[in-house]
Amino acid sequence: MTTSAIGRRQGQPIYLDYQATTPCDPRVVDKMLPYFTEKFGNPHSRNHAYGWEAEEAVEVAREQIAAIIGADAKEIIFTSGATESNNLAIKGVAHFYKDKRDHIVTVVTEHKCVLDTCRHLEQEGFKVTYLPVKANGLIDMAELEAAVTDKTAIVSVMGVNNEIGVIQPLAAIGALCRKKGAFFHTDCAQAVGKIPLDVNAMNIDLMSISGHKIYGPKGVGALFVRRRPRVRIVPMINGGGQERGMRSGTLATPLCVGLGEACAIAKAEMAAETERLHGLRDRLLNGLKARLPEIYVNGDLDSRVAGNINISFAFVEGEGLMMGVKDLAVSSGSACTSASLEPSYVLRALGLDAEMAHTSLRFGLGRFTTEAEIDYAIDHTVKAVEHLRSLSPLWDMHLEGVDIKSIQWAEH
Amino acid sequence: MAYSDKVVDHYEHPRNVGSMDKDSTDVGTGLVGAPACGDVMKLQIKVSPEGIIEDAKFKTFGCGSAIASSSLVTEWVKGKTLDEAAAIKNTDIANELALPPVKIHCSVLAEDAIKAAIKDYKSKSGQTEDEKAAG
Repeated sequence: MTTSAIGRRQGQPIYLDYQATTPCDPRVVDKMLPYFTEKFGNPHSRNHAYGWEAEEAVEVAREQIAAIIGADAKEIIFTSGATESNNLAIKGVAHFYKDKRDHIVTVVTEHKCVLDTCRHLEQEGFKVTYLPVKANGLIDMAELEAAVTDKTAIVSVMGVNNEIGVIQPLAAIGALCRKKGAFFHTDCAQAVGKIPLDVNAMNIDLMSISGHKIYGPKGVGALFVRRRPRVRIVPMINGGGQERGMRSGTLATPLCVGLGEACAIAKAEMAAETERLHGLRDRLLNGLKARLPEIYVNGDLDSRVAGNINISFAFVEGEGLMMGVKDLAVSSGSACTSASLEPSYVLRALGLDAEMAHTSLRFGLGRFTTEAEIDYAIDHTVKAVEHLRSLSPLWDMHLEGVDIKSIQWAEH
Repeated sequence: MAYSDKVVDHYEHPRNVGSMDKDSTDVGTGLVGAPACGDVMKLQIKVSPEGIIEDAKFKTFGCGSAIASSSLVTEWVKGKTLDEAAAIKNTDIANELALPPVKIHCSVLAEDAIKAAIKDYKSKSGQTEDEKAAG
């Protein structure tokens, strides 16, 4: 199988939604397959060779995961995915240290699984500070410094935002947390394998990792939990005491193996892949800008992963645009794509007007994205935007010089 | 979300796209919705001295269902009297386009657009329905 065939089947749209999920790399699948069939042992069975070979595979995977973030293998706990990791990290620390510290700091643009976890802890009586972000999507370090107190148990700031791809200043945050005595947790579901990470250099105490965002399988993730200085957490799942008592349950050997291999491949290829994706992303952005006026990049363009670009196409509505770019599998910040009918809370947090948030598309580029696909995406998007602008009364008003904000709209 | 064939057809081949002179006395313009809500419809009707809608044009900022709803009503109002056009119900639009429940607001907006255009025409032509009937 050629790599260009992955992520796009005949008759299917071009896949440009790599922040949503990624296809499993065939090299990952190859490593996993024996652990479904002949090497099916329970990695916790200490009495026979079936268990030993499964355990060995899991421990190799643990080493591979640790290696990509500069951790020790003993600090890696397998979970079902980044959502579980985020829950375990934040609830686990909050519950363990609640007698001394009952405050949590996080950011308004975090993933829902972090925000919802924090909301849940608020109901239990914890205090939570939700930091705003600047217009470029990055936090203000002075605001973070002001928010962290001697009652703060944990600061949770994501490495890379899933919608706008911006990279938060992890090393600075880590240094601040260490100075203040708060633990630093970072949701790195979108960061691992995309940017260099070092838990020691960055003073990260807990880190959430996802399998399916890095060409590994769905249903597996990991949580890094620092041993020195030791971070204690209360487990959410009780049982046989696997994973150093922090996460009971028989490990899914094939999934662990897949996550490990995905990390190994990402580590080996990160530098070259980042450069390649930067080239493709610039090609996409420049190609669109050359042919379409009034388009705006959401989120900082410099402190950003290579595989993400989030663009507002003024005066066209995102869902209508998605319908127009039906040959592309992309994501929109528009209200209409969500059940809530609210535009993206991440884009709103940047200070974007609701109307601009409605007009956004997220292009997620990845390992199997080709230059030909990008060229097609440019042409297809330009045609769709031009079609919709030809239908848009707002575009007409813009051309006539009418300020849309000056009109008294009847909001419904 | 999967769109009905009719929605896709109107989206890809919208009928009666365009604008008419909004200052002309025989043209009524309805502009409804709000950019912040993700839907703006502009519907214009050109009315003959006999009170028949001779022509209709639309421009819409919105999702495929909103575009289809407004495209459809431009077809429906043509040839109708103002009263007949005003009787078009959002449920008729939603049924014709097989809109899912989450898109019903698009058909409501299209109905509002018709009523707004008729109201604008009447106010500009200085006639109420009663005067017209009496005249």
